[in-house]
Amino acid sequence: MLSKEMNRLPIMPVIDHARCDGCGLCVTVCKCGALVLSGNTVAILEVDDCGWCTDCELVCATGALQCPFEIVAPEV
Amino acid sequence: MNITTENLSQLSYFVGVENDRLAGLPSLFNSKSFIKGQTIVSEGDKQENLHFVNTGVVKIYKTSSEGKEQIIKIVRPGESFNDLAVFGGSFCPYSAQALGNTTIIYWIHKNDLLPVMEKNWRIVRNALEILSEQARLLLALVEDLSFKNVTGRVAKILLQNATPGPEGYQRLTQYEMAAMAGTAREVVGRSLKNLEDSGAISLERHRIVIKDRSYLDRLAGLN
Ligand code: SF4
Ligand code: SF4
Repeated sequence: MLSKEMNRLPIMPVIDHARCDGCGLCVTVCKCGALVLSGNTVAILEVDDCGWCTDCELVCATGALQCPFEIVAPEV
Repeated sequence: MNITTENLSQLSYFVGVENDRLAGLPSLFNSKSFIKGQTIVSEGDKQENLHFVNTGVVKIYKTSSEGKEQIIKIVRPGESFNDLAVFGGSFCPYSAQALGNTTIIYWIHKNDLLPVMEKNWRIVRNALEILSEQARLLLALVEDLSFKNVTGRVAKILLQNATPGPEGYQRLTQYEMAAMAGTAREVVGRSLKNLEDSGAISLERHRIVIKDRSYLDRLAGLN
């Protein structure tokens, strides 16, 4: 069970720095300002406005940026 | 915007062409900056310009009569679009929209490009390789959309991964689901939307919540 505190921390897309080539395409498509080019890679900030549009993952040619979905099946 | 031969040498059609053979080309090109969400070309438009992405990124897609969108390709810097209309037909078979905040597009009219191609075999060879790659991609998409029950496969993947593991809920990206279903990410995106429209799942930010398990079972051929 997640505590209220944990629930408030925004879950963000995930970056694999080893695969990122710093092309910056993910930064140009992001609407929420979470992605910031930093040297040859991308830093991901925890922001509240990321709506999980997954555009950053869509445009990343190297597979470095990932927006995984949790698969949840409520008990019936 | 000043276009140089250096800029052009980064474009897929001109890769490997000696710089001095590109000398007269920049003046034949135009460029324009688009903001995120702006349409660059629309399906059905008469459009005889070959477009290239300089910076940013472009989404190529088709829209069904019910307004559903199928992404065909993501076009990244150096790559082209509207090739099909330029080399035959003149009418754009898809729409293109800027995804990047500042997407700079270069274009050249076919009447300017064709005489250049006639004099340079390397550009023709590049064009053939690009067109053949595009044809391969479109055939794969036709196969996925018409012969494979991708939505059924996606339903099965969701059901198989709906049981939490020791570390909590299982997490899958659309690329991973695509690899598991033997299809492209663009097709998985559409399948998830179809499942959401039918009420079988809901997409809640980073969660896919299963709403109608028996419907998914039926789609997946599990009962
Ligand atoms: S698009 Fe991918 S490779 Fe390019 S900067 Fe972003 S994470 Fe890195
Ligand atoms: S999912 Fe969308 S809003 Fe969130 S970081 Fe990626 S591009 Fe930005």
